[in-house]
Parts: sequence; C-alpha cells; structure tokens
Amino acid sequence: MSIDGDPELYQERILDHYEDPYHRGACPDATHAHEDDNPLCGDVIHVELRINGQGRVDEAWFSGDGCCISQASASMLMEKLEGMSVQEVKQFSTQDMLQLFGARLTPNRQKCCLLSWRVVQAALHAPIEATDVAGDPGAAADAASAEREASPQEAS
Amino acid sequence: MAPISALPLDPMPLRADFPILATKVHGDRPLIYFDNAATTQRPRQVIQSLVDAYEQHYANVHRGIHWLSEQSTDLYEEARESVRRFIGAEHRHEVVFTTGATAAINLVARTWGDQQMRPGDEILLTEMEHHSNIVPWQQLAERTGCVVRFIPLTDDGRLELSALDQLLTERTRLVAVTAVSNVLGTVNPVREIAARAHAAGALVLVDGAQSVPHAVTRVAEDGADFIAFSGHKMLGPSGVGVLYGREQLLDAMPPFLGGGSMIRRVTLTGFEPADLPAKFEAGTPPIVPALGLSVAIAYLEQIGMERISSYESMLTGYAYELLARVEGLRLFGPPPSGRSGIVSFVLQGIHAHDVAQIVDQDGIAIRAGHHCAMPLHKRLGISASNRASFYFYNTRDEVDRLGAALERVQRVFRRRGDRTGALTG
Repeated sequence: MSIDGDPELYQERILDHYEDPYHRGACPDATHAHEDDNPLCGDVIHVELRINGQGRVDEAWFSGDGCCISQASASMLMEKLEGMSVQEVKQFSTQDMLQLFGARLTPNRQKCCLLSWRVVQAALHAPIEATDVAGDPGAAADAASAEREASPQEAS
Repeated sequence: MAPISALPLDPMPLRADFPILATKVHGDRPLIYFDNAATTQRPRQVIQSLVDAYEQHYANVHRGIHWLSEQSTDLYEEARESVRRFIGAEHRHEVVFTTGATAAINLVARTWGDQQMRPGDEILLTEMEHHSNIVPWQQLAERTGCVVRFIPLTDDGRLELSALDQLLTERTRLVAVTAVSNVLGTVNPVREIAARAHAAGALVLVDGAQSVPHAVTRVAEDGADFIAFSGHKMLGPSGVGVLYGREQLLDAMPPFLGGGSMIRRVTLTGFEPADLPAKFEAGTPPIVPALGLSVAIAYLEQIGMERISSYESMLTGYAYELLARVEGLRLFGPPPSGRSGIVSFVLQGIHAHDVAQIVDQDGIAIRAGHHCAMPLHKRLGISASNRASFYFYNTRDEVDRLGAALERVQRVFRRRGDRTGALTG
C-alpha cells in the first residue's frame, strides 16, 4: 500500500485531472448546456457543448464543484467527447464511463463518477437556441433509468 | 474501596464484548468504528439474546393461550418495563414500541397532529433537526395547513433561545426539538425549552435518538410530552424503537395503523380501539428486537449512564483538541463542554467523501455527507461534512489514529509540486 492513499482511487492520473482539469470553464459559442447535482453529497456539474452542423461535438467544457471523483471524471469525459458524434455520445454507456474513469469504485462512489455522464446525456437534449439535434426525447429518461440500475441510492 | 460504579469507565474490557470491534478491514487494519451516531455495534449479550429468543421463547405475543405465547408475551412486556424504568416514565403503557425513532415521530404527526392541527396553527422546530424531525411536520403542514417554524442557530451551533419568546405564539401547538444534534453534537437545554413551551401552552416532543443512548433520561423531569428514540443507536437490534407519550395524551389520540392487536372489537360496521399501548401497536410487533433492546438496556445500566456520559465527554474533549490542531480543519458546533460525543468537520478544499474514502483505507469508519440534516448544512454554508461519533467502546488511541489519517488525506491532496516534494523529502 502506497503511503499516499488508495493506489487505485487516488492515483496520479485522477489527481491530475482533479487539480488540472481539461476544459474547465465556458464553451465558446456553446450550442447545448445542462447542469445537475447530486443533492446527497452536494456535487454539481455544469456542461456546455458545441455541436457542429454535422452532429459532432466540437468542444466540451464543464464547471462544477464536488469531490475528486466527480470533478476528475468530468474532466476525463470532456476530453473523450470531443470529436464524437451525437450518436456515439448517446451510445456511450454508464459502463463505458466507469471504464474511462479507470479506478475501481464502490456503488456509492459510482454516482459521483456518473454525474457528468448524466449531465452530458441531458445536455444533448438541451439546445441553447437552435433545435434539438439529438432528436429522441425519451433518451434522457432512458439515461436516468440506466444510471439508477448502475448505481444504488445512498441513504439520506 | 470505591464501588465499581464510581470508577471511571475502562473501555478495554467492554470492547471484548463486541465481536465486530475485532474486525480487520482492508487486510490488516483494525476497524475503528466512529459512526455510532448512525448506528452502534452490539455486545455478544445482545446478539445471544436474539438467538435465545428464537430458540427458546418465540411465539406471537398477546394472542395465544398456549405456554409459548405466554412466555413470549411476558418477555415482551418485561422489555417494555425495562424501557419505562430506563427513561423514567410513570406508566409502562406510556411506552409504545415502534420500528424506530422515525416511526415514532410519524406516529405523533399522523395521530395527534392530524387530530389537533388547524390551518395557521404552528409547530416550532429547530434548524439543527434531523430530517426525521422535519419531514413528518412538513407533511402534516401539507395535510392540515399548519405552519412549520424554526428556532435559528448561533454561529457556534447552539439554539438562539433569545428568539424563543418571539417564536412561541398563541398559535404554537408543539415544539419538536432534538435533545442532541446528530451533526453538531450540541446538547440542547430541553428542560428550559419545555418549561417555556408549556408556559406558552405548547406540547413538547423530544427527538432522543442521540441522547437516550448516551446520557441519563428522565422524561418526567425533562418535561417531555413525547420522546422518540431508536434501539439500534443504543446497542439494540435495528427494527425497534420507542415512542413515549404522556398517558393523557396517548389516550386522547386516535389510533395510527389499523389491524390486529390495536382493537378491542371489530364488527362489520366499525371497530373499537384497544387500550394503551396496544392501540398503537397494530400487527405483530418487533418482538425479538424488543427483547434485544431490553438486554441492551440492562448492559447500559450495568455500566451506568453517568459513567458512559463522563467517559464520552472526556473522549470528545480529547478529539476536539486533537482535531482543532489539524491544519485546515474546520470544526462545527460548540466547544466540548456543551456537546455530546459527535464531532463534525471539513478539511479545507477537500470534499467530505474523499476524506472518508481515504481514512477508510486506514480502517476508520466515519460518515460523510449531510447526515440527514440538509437544512443545517445550508445554515453552515457547506454541502457536506465529515462526522466522527463515539460510543463508550472507543478509545483515545483510535482518536489519535484518526488524526494521523487526516494528515495523510492532506498529503494526498497537496498540490502536485508539494506532493512530489513530500515524497522525495
């Protein structure tokens, strides 16, 4: 065991994203945006996307506040999203998200990791001005349902 | 030679009664259990009593003519008597077994509340209440149009009692207050609040979930009209709790859940409720958990509640001073003299969940989050905190190890440059 904490969870790669996140801030000319929180722990994530005419994510930015896992995973997700098509983003599952994060997470901490994923899925359906490029309005509900299955509720 | 009960409490021989405290976690780390405000552990005497009950005494209560049912009923009623004695209630039938403190408070809200409250009537709570002493009253307000108001807090986490005279109006029907904050550890002056509430014509419900397990409780002297608490926070099994209510009040209240046990007779056109306490114990009650609770009470009485209080007070003072020295650590609540064995804090710039996760690697179980007190956390200006909560089986050595673990948390989160320096240095 490392003297500097859980070698899996608080590894350098994750702490790097936490301390020096990718695209933390406002997205220039954002087309889509959404924000949500996890009231149980107070984590909050705001995501802004610029989706181009071809339906691809040009840029993805986030801001927010919360634990290391919620913030580091958001940073990783922003990096991953850029260049993906809307369809690919929609197909990016909770399991893909947990895999992207990498470290093993207990069910309660999976919620922290999946917050940014949930916000991104909802953002696809939250155009700032133009029409909804993502189409299917049922997808946000599907995402919420998929996340509930992936991760149990914390007691309050 | 001084009698045993006068000697200070020594946790070490008592720890041997708690099998779970010998657990090693994450390989070789001794478990340090600091989540006692959420639920305590059980001594083997309580665990064995559950086995004995199922192996030797178990049948449904208040039903059978047969020998086993009479045995079970006697033990169940003896358990009620031991609760009565433990909290200083006048009558055994003033003790109603529920599934826990939450159910007990909801019982009062749904019966006394639904019967008594009129639009504009007021219920006075405090800003430090657990959700279980907020939400039932908010639900009652939705049903009846009554108004829920709150006693504010001082910056060091005490009740702002100078506001009480203004908040107690002729419309105030109930003051529902926790005896001890489950986050701040603040010990509230229940006796004074009750006297002022009664003078204003209001009843008093005390949430005793964090006080009954740790200190002497005397409901009559405290002026509590109702008190609610849970067995699992005082060495007992989960699934049993207690509502104490003054006889006169319980008698006047309508029954709560309908079903078996709570009736005197039923016809096709109606029912006649049973006398106390059966009136509030519909269905098969938590028989075995109640027996386990009585064994837990016997265990606590054998140690002595005064000794438990003074030991926990010493340990809390020790923890408070140790934590106050940790750099970047912000403690909430009053100084140790005015608090129970609960210490909540945040480490500057580090989320509570990250703190709890890293100290867990050292085998230390602390709580992270809002501890079912979101309004209180809003008042403190934070979304989450860490909480270490003690019982008589915790030791100073364990507190020392929490201090060391918190310093490790800070090393993990130190800025990268510094961290590299710390590793090489």
